[in-house]
Amino acid sequence: MKALTWHGTHDVRIDTVDDPEIINSRDAIIKITSTAICGSDLHLYDGVIPGVMPGDVLGHEFMGEVVEIGKDSTLKKGQRVVVPFTISCGGCFHCNIKQYSACENSNPAEKQDMSATLYGHPMAGLFGYSHLTGGYSGGQAEYVRVPYSDVGPIVVPDHLEDDKVLFLSDILPTGWMGAENAEIQPDDTVAVWGCGPVGLFAIQSAIVMGASKVIAIDHYPNRLKLAEQMGAETIDFRKTNVREALMEMSGGIGVDAVIDAVGMEAHGFAIDNMLDIAKQKVGIGADRAKALKQAILAVRPGGRVSIPGVYGGMTDKFPLGALMEKGLQVRSGQTHVQRYTKDLLEKIEDGTLDTTFMISHRLPLEDAPRGYKCFREEQNEWTKVVLKPDMETAR
Amino acid sequence: MRDDNGLRTSASIAGIGLALGGAAFGAFLLNRRKGGSDDAPAYTRKSPPGEHAAIGRTVTIRKPRAELYTYWRDFNNLPKFMENLEAIRSHGETSTWVIKAPGGTTVDVVTKVTDDCENERIAWASTDQSDIATSGRVEFADAPGDRGTRVSLIMSYDPPGGAAGRALAKLFLREPEVQARHDLKRFKALMETGEITTSAHRKDQTREAKQQENG
Ligand SMILES: NC(=O)c1ccc[n+]([C@@H]2O[C@H](COP(=O)([O-])OP(=O)(O)OC[C@H]3O[C@@H](n4cnc5c(N)ncnc54)[C@H](O)[C@@H]3O)[C@@H](O)[C@H]2O)c1
Ligand SMILES: [Zn+2]
Ligand SMILES: [Zn+2]
Repeated sequence: MKALTWHGTHDVRIDTVDDPEIINSRDAIIKITSTAICGSDLHLYDGVIPGVMPGDVLGHEFMGEVVEIGKDSTLKKGQRVVVPFTISCGGCFHCNIKQYSACENSNPAEKQDMSATLYGHPMAGLFGYSHLTGGYSGGQAEYVRVPYSDVGPIVVPDHLEDDKVLFLSDILPTGWMGAENAEIQPDDTVAVWGCGPVGLFAIQSAIVMGASKVIAIDHYPNRLKLAEQMGAETIDFRKTNVREALMEMSGGIGVDAVIDAVGMEAHGFAIDNMLDIAKQKVGIGADRAKALKQAILAVRPGGRVSIPGVYGGMTDKFPLGALMEKGLQVRSGQTHVQRYTKDLLEKIEDGTLDTTFMISHRLPLEDAPRGYKCFREEQNEWTKVVLKPDMETAR
Repeated sequence: MRDDNGLRTSASIAGIGLALGGAAFGAFLLNRRKGGSDDAPAYTRKSPPGEHAAIGRTVTIRKPRAELYTYWRDFNNLPKFMENLEAIRSHGETSTWVIKAPGGTTVDVVTKVTDDCENERIAWASTDQSDIATSGRVEFADAPGDRGTRVSLIMSYDPPGGAAGRALAKLFLREPEVQARHDLKRFKALMETGEITTSAHRKDQTREAKQQENG
């Protein structure tokens, strides 16, 4: 089959690789109909996540048709399913308390040591996201093997087209959990850093959850426009002093909650950010946490800090004093996707959530390398890329 | 340490004697450090490198104690999750554990159960007929609430020649500590999910398949 494989920093290719097989009895094989490129994939593309090996198949946002099942899978051949990017066994302590992205069994035993050394605990298995998270082949391919297929995949009704439900795999629940972690109250003013797909879904979710005002921060006019469409007020951080603006826009109190939907590759030209870029380049694992640092200074005392943006290592000059002295609450994590899929599917179906407004490009799988390049280099216009393995034949 | 605890070494694998602690020594390790102000298991003690290495690891498994004990007590099940165990042949009182060694060879270890308390613990140790000396012990205790069972696997070994011996042992047998940890994690996965997790894409890429090849 054809698949998008990683070969090094800024080097991804379409290769022919072996088709996957059923290995364990709870497995299923999915024939991919739609798969997206995520901001998280850009961290792999930029080479800032350790443990990716040449030839690894990327992709963790995907859906398709069930074409093969192991004897203990609860899926049926022919069903259309969306697959969560987090792999969860359903049987461990963490799965039992619905902290699916902390599943203790989905990262194979012999792969757990690297992340356990880095973080004190092993990470769960994720599709197409380095050997830290299991080394699973991802879904930017024609087929994928899905372990524990009785726990993760959600069957979607035929009348909802792929583009409407695909993002249940990751960015929609990620934006939703980002807003949920901000514990939004009715009169709140919430600020969201980053108007990429995750930020845009966090904005939409915060509004659905009843925030009185949502302020979106980015520097790409087109992405800020999408945020505005969703009902946010906007700040262009290239033009405006963000902290001062947030104080004014929240009546001098400060924003009640902040959401970092930027992650470890924050843009910025201040000297400290340039230093962090240099350190990241030489591989000493410094995360560029510009947006997060700004968010912590901007949030009001007693406020909430939600971090859906991905970080992998350490960061310098973290405003720990502000965190403590202001008495902030911090919540973060890879999304517990399985916790949200059913409810969010209902919200898509009844029209509460718009899930297609950010899709800027639909490409055949063969064009995935170009998709990566443009999604990274032309962020203003390329807001979300969906790959369709069948595109040529469908046309 | 070795003499005190009646451990023996064997030089059968390229001159390396790898002695895994006897049951008595295991019991010693398991005992919490009483007195002072530290309730941690003794095997978590900070000890200077080169001293005896004690291996201990605990996992919580969301299954009843009896089920886990019963599964482990049937030694024929052990090769399903123990990486270096190729097969087990039971013969009455003792059983022969066929352990994979480098170069496609195997080492026979004749073990007998030295302690067996239903639903609580099983300990085993090699007998004199074995190529190497080894022992291990697994303990089952109720976890709080509905969290299931805490399972601890405790082994100890006293590497000859301290750190250098341990490095050699690492070359010839896979690092026992890492192996014990992985074995226990695989046991957990098998019990909680009914299968051993693999990220392989095809059957011929699984850990088992690769081992057959290397074996
Ligand atoms: N927690 C999870 O489970 C999860 C899931 C998916 C994605 N993510 C992470 O969420 C983050 C965003 O993902 P995405 O797909 O939206 O990525 P993206 O790269 O498309 O969007 C990031 C946006 O942040 C903006 N930005 C950069 N620096 C900024 C700054 N200093 N201030 C304000 N805005 C800034 C960029 O201009 C861009 O629009 C990534 O780190 C991604 O890895 C996390
Ligand atoms: Zn993603
Ligand atoms: Zn689990």
